[in-house]
Amino acid sequence: MKAIISVIGMDQIGIIAQVSSLLSEKKVNILDISQTILDEYFTMTMLVELERLETSLEDLKKDLKSKGDELGVSIKLQHEDIFRSMHRI
Amino acid sequence: MINTYEIMETIRMLEAEKLDIRTITMGISLSDCADSDGKAAREKIYRKIISYAGNLVKVAEEIELKYDIPIINKRISVTPISLVAAASKDSNYVEFAKIMDQAAQEVGVDFIGGFSALVHKGMTKSDQILINSIPEALASTERVCSSVNIGTTRAGLNMDAVKQMGEIVKEAAELTADQGGVAASKLVVFANAPEDNPFMAGAFHGVGEGECMINVGISGPGAVKAALTKVKGEAFDVVAETIKKTAFKITRMGQLVAKEASEMLGVKAGIVDLSLAPTPAVGDSVARILEEMGIEVCGAHGTTAALALLNDAVKKGGVMASSHVGGLSGAFIPVSEDAGMIEAVEKRALSIEKLEAMTAVCSVGLDMIAVPGSTAPTTISAIIADEAAIGMVNSKTTAVRIIPVPGKDVGDEVVYGGLFGRAPIMKLSDYSSNEFIARGGRIPAPLQSLKN
Repeated sequence: MKAIISVIGMDQIGIIAQVSSLLSEKKVNILDISQTILDEYFTMTMLVELERLETSLEDLKKDLKSKGDELGVSIKLQHEDIFRSMHRI
Repeated sequence: MINTYEIMETIRMLEAEKLDIRTITMGISLSDCADSDGKAAREKIYRKIISYAGNLVKVAEEIELKYDIPIINKRISVTPISLVAAASKDSNYVEFAKIMDQAAQEVGVDFIGGFSALVHKGMTKSDQILINSIPEALASTERVCSSVNIGTTRAGLNMDAVKQMGEIVKEAAELTADQGGVAASKLVVFANAPEDNPFMAGAFHGVGEGECMINVGISGPGAVKAALTKVKGEAFDVVAETIKKTAFKITRMGQLVAKEASEMLGVKAGIVDLSLAPTPAVGDSVARILEEMGIEVCGAHGTTAALALLNDAVKKGGVMASSHVGGLSGAFIPVSEDAGMIEAVEKRALSIEKLEAMTAVCSVGLDMIAVPGSTAPTTISAIIADEAAIGMVNSKTTAVRIIPVPGKDVGDEVVYGGLFGRAPIMKLSDYSSNEFIARGGRIPAPLQSLKN
């Protein structure tokens, strides 16, 4: 399945590096990545492919959350269909 | 790829604006559970609910995980028990409520609705037994919800039933006096009750429904309010457009969840009910939307017009977003469950008379209203009659969920906690409706032409 990972928080060095190395460890493939500053917050969204994921979805979400806590940012992973259904007809 | 702004809009709606799936409700037909032996019927009911809904909570949790959408409640609605139990020789249906409660507990759902009877034209023996059993059934169970339909646009109002329901509401409250009369909060008296409503306490699985259906109720007053803050001072055309667009997005999420849940459970998808259902949480209030439109405090003049626009725009936005919109779709105004409504009542800006006017233009009716424990049953019946008349004449659903809180009076407050919130006791008319209610009989169905 394809999912969107969103990272929001205060900007700092190494957010992308840390998140993407965690993803590569878990065999999550990054398909697209975009980063911007929105309302003064660092905002990164990634489109990822979870076909080769080696853990459960639940564990991956937990790992991302604890990585987020460590970096002081919020990290979420959601199936891309929620965005597609809301924003595309 | 979906762009960052769109992703952030969705995340903001879910997190800051409290958008949620209020409920995934599985409707289960119990028609085939009828049996001349009540005990055998109840065993069939228990087995059927467990076999159909055994996975409901698990599936809902998987959907929550996959999309990161909060699904607040998982619920079950069943065929009105007055129909299922009619074949039995039982003279009291409390045991049926208890078995529903047990099954609900076993599968882990929050509520089970359908301890119901449809008596808009007349009452069968079984309907009468069910109605008599309501107070004890609600007082002795935790998750069971009950509803009675006492009128329709086509049949008129059954005033004998209206009279009885005033007494039943009062008795239900008194039996749970130590818990603020909470049993009455699980009882809805309807006119034009929908058969596919996923919201409690009025959910039941109508006779026109299939064997098993998934109905999804979605809510997001916070998201609508947030969208309106961006168009401050603009004309109502812009307000209506903004609400429609937000309602569309919200309903699409409900549609996605309904589709996913029905596929995972192998059950037909019924309807998506797009209702702005407030919760006591800050930022999850319908009153605040009306205030955002320019009403100083909900209940001030202009409130009814603001609510009419909101209710209509929500439906228009939702209809295109889902293949089947149904249930109660619209805006709810339950007093105890809406922080803005509670505040408006406390400020004396919102009275029961204004709430009644508001119900003429929005979904449902006088909902979660606490009144003095000393209120006469005939007064409650008369409130039910007024509300049902609005529904009957305007061809819409109306309902009354009113709690005469034992031992409390105007100026007091009752606290239920959770989704039910807290309610200031509201003032009712000082004058009697005794002789009006004592008449009984039926109020004839209204003319459908000469609309004035």
